Amino acid sequence: MRRVVVTGMGAVSPFGIGVKVLFESLLAQRSSVRYVPELAKITGLRTRVAAVVPAVDSKEIPRKYRRSMSNMSIYATFASQEAVSQGGATEKELRGGNTGVAIGSTVGSPIATHEFYEEFLPTRSIDKTRATFFFQIMNHSCASNVAQVFGITGRILAPSAACSTGCQAIGYGYEMIAWGKQERMLCGGADEFHPLTAATFDIINASSAKYNDRPTETPRPFDRDRDGVVCAEGAGILLLESLDSAKRRNAPIAAEVMGFATVSDPANLADPSAGSIETCIRKALTEASIQQNEIDYINAHATGTILGDIAESEAVGRVFGGKTPTSSLKGHFGHTMAASGAIETIATILMMQKGILIPTLNLDNVDPLCDNIFHFKNCMEKPIRTVLKNNFALGGIDSCLILRRYEND
Amino acid sequence: MTDQEAIEMINTSLAEEFELERTRMVPEARLHDDLGLDSLDRVDMVIVLQNAFKIKIREEEAIRGIQNLGDIHTYVLGKLRAAQ
Repeated sequence: MRRVVVTGMGAVSPFGIGVKVLFESLLAQRSSVRYVPELAKITGLRTRVAAVVPAVDSKEIPRKYRRSMSNMSIYATFASQEAVSQGGATEKELRGGNTGVAIGSTVGSPIATHEFYEEFLPTRSIDKTRATFFFQIMNHSCASNVAQVFGITGRILAPSAACSTGCQAIGYGYEMIAWGKQERMLCGGADEFHPLTAATFDIINASSAKYNDRPTETPRPFDRDRDGVVCAEGAGILLLESLDSAKRRNAPIAAEVMGFATVSDPANLADPSAGSIETCIRKALTEASIQQNEIDYINAHATGTILGDIAESEAVGRVFGGKTPTSSLKGHFGHTMAASGAIETIATILMMQKGILIPTLNLDNVDPLCDNIFHFKNCMEKPIRTVLKNNFALGGIDSCLILRRYEND
Repeated sequence: MTDQEAIEMINTSLAEEFELERTRMVPEARLHDDLGLDSLDRVDMVIVLQNAFKIKIREEEAIRGIQNLGDIHTYVLGKLRAAQ
């Protein structure tokens, strides 16, 4: 198995385009959650809040590529451009066949799908359907569009596991390089906001609806008064690369990927189980050949749902015994769905690089059922060498990544 | 609508849809080689023209023979005259 490192990172988040604005906003303990009036137009939908990406100038992407992109691919492209630029990968390296893509989304574009059916259902006609429609709704839309923009000729993966997508994409990309199948992979996830995304959680009573008049106070991961998920959108992309390749071209190394695990939880489609999460964490530790006491920080999935936060706390408590600082970033920018694993991994790497841990926003009173782990309420300076990143998805799919600060070894 | 007005409408519709520079939109401009329109764009070009002129042309064989912008002008003008 070859060693794999992160040489570039890019993000489009509800704070805007770029990793810098993301991390500065997190450090400043800002919330990007806001009231979204269009949610009020949907009968039966209780939540009115979301965290959406500020307007971006998609015309920076040539029309030849943009015509097949919905918002999620536009976000993935901007994030990829930042990751490639930071990593200094050349056109020759991207086009040479040794670079692949692993980028997923929860579904194909919900906005394009909506627009199609709005036209199609009343008329039963496809006369006005554009040729590029399919390319926006296909499940591998983001991966394919990014590959087209950069002329990438290697392998394409488009993992789709809802909220575990971004984490899985990084993990599968890592394995692709570790096994020697590719030299580098652009990995991550992207999703675009649509009211029906929020409805998905609302229908199963998992969306936040009590804070519609105080949007920045929700979601509240691990808090006694949490009431559910706040949907968001964006993209997170990491350029993963074999250590040999990174050294050969003197690329900046942000972190090393040490281990990855993903497991299915057949106990229930929607309710995560602590046992399955614990299994996933322990598998990731084994994959990374790391003991639990070597983990300096855990970036939790914790979305602010009643059951999910308890299950994760229980599992983390069982493995780490309440000794390892743990926080969730969902309070700052909601749940970016398929992008969450990647955006949060990027933020976690930055925390590791700068030696600053960011606490869970809106965690005012820890739920007694989530109190078996090490929460912290203020930014905390701490040398961080090794971290665990958790993500869990509807459909019973858990995923964990372990990363380490690279120390020229 | 005069022929010149129709040509202007064709050019405006295509320029807007495909983000073409008007200076490049001369009658002899070839769709692929000069304007950069590929097979997917040709599908959307038909939809744009159908919407602009309220005509049905998607199934017509003659569409496939169109090579340059002048061919589009000639074709659409012919359809408009036939409809009068």
